[in-house]
Amino acid sequence: MRVNISVNGESMAADDVWEGESLLYVLRERLGLPGAKNACEQGECGSCTVYLDGTPVCACLVAAGQAEGRDVITVEGLASGGELDEVQRSFVEAGAVQCGFCTPGLIVQAHSLIESTPGVPADAEIREALAGNLCRCTGYEKILDAVRLAAARKHQP
Amino acid sequence: MDFLRPVTWEQALAYKAERPEATPIQGGTDVMVEINLDKGRPAALLDLNPVAELTRWSAEGTEIRVGSGVTYTRLIAELGPLLPGLAQASRTVGSPQIRNRGTVAGNLGAASPAGDAHPPLLASGAIVEAESVRGTRIIPIAEFYTGVKRNALRPDELIRAVRIPAATGPQYFSKIGTRNAMVIAVCSFAVALHPGERRVGTGIGSAAPTPRRAPEAEEFVAAELDWEGRSPLDPEAARRFGELVAGAAAPIDDVRGRADYRLHSLAVMARRTLGWAWNDYTGRGPA
Repeated sequence: MRVNISVNGESMAADDVWEGESLLYVLRERLGLPGAKNACEQGECGSCTVYLDGTPVCACLVAAGQAEGRDVITVEGLASGGELDEVQRSFVEAGAVQCGFCTPGLIVQAHSLIESTPGVPADAEIREALAGNLCRCTGYEKILDAVRLAAARKHQP
Repeated sequence: MDFLRPVTWEQALAYKAERPEATPIQGGTDVMVEINLDKGRPAALLDLNPVAELTRWSAEGTEIRVGSGVTYTRLIAELGPLLPGLAQASRTVGSPQIRNRGTVAGNLGAASPAGDAHPPLLASGAIVEAESVRGTRIIPIAEFYTGVKRNALRPDELIRAVRIPAATGPQYFSKIGTRNAMVIAVCSFAVALHPGERRVGTGIGSAAPTPRRAPEAEEFVAAELDWEGRSPLDPEAARRFGELVAGAAAPIDDVRGRADYRLHSLAVMARRTLGWAWNDYTGRGPA
């Protein structure tokens, strides 16, 4: 089947999509957007987190057909004009990237937390918001630093 | 595989009548796992996302009618005061991303004995609104679960909504797992006080082939509690309540836990949650 999705503000169409295929597969394998990562394929790891109509979801658990006509923002869509988003910059500066595999999902999820929280979220809020994103390098302390840094920058310009 | 995309509820029912083997998909947090891991391949997916009316909830008299497309995230944000037990259980579901997609009706459709929504639905005495082109069928929650991952839905039926009595007293949910997030319950328990009827509701999760109530424990403790005088909970009665709750379970040993651990932890959770609820009811504050 053909699936039409707005991805990062651009109308895209994927052809020959298998009906049981996930949005993640369509993004990575058909639309050339490998930012969202394929790891557990069961919603456990959060590495494939993308925005679906403004809500962060695991792209591996959205059937491709369910994304028909909807807006998807992937990690590739956060930077604008070659300039990194605040959250991306903070991850780089805080050293929150080790192997990097979990990073795109964490950045989208952290981005959503920061967008929806006035001020700098408390550590408990950050931990709760990121509870579904696994970092197998266990670099969580730097990730918390990055989220605090990004939130502080956003809210205290 | 076919992908069916009804836009209205009537179309959804028509599709399901025509293709009873189609698997309804809402949040996809169970259905897609099965497909991704190749544990099963449905003949067709029936996408209920476009049916907008399913994403609404309403208060109808003393009942809250939660449409089958209402996500856990929204239930937590909007229904906490009316359905505290279910909201507590919802907070323990998966992760934010999972709660953004998953629904109570999806939990019911999957009918896993470990589903987090089941114990509070049992403790509250919820009703499942099942519908087909033949009409609406009202299924009391305790009759809904028929076996491991099996429910009372007929092949042409879809869950339209779940009707849950608004809380009239304190409600608590408790769950055993290895961490707070992304945990399939080792076992779980919910209690609801119904002071108007001098009744206590219970729900046991992940400790029998289906979620189930503990009727003997409910009757015992309802008679023991000093509803009028609101005197403190007798520790011996609380202990006995826990024992009776464990007695109602029929757990197995599996990868998440052993049967005897499940029985023990159920007794502890039942005693504790009853204590919290009773303290709220008597105005004594947290236990």
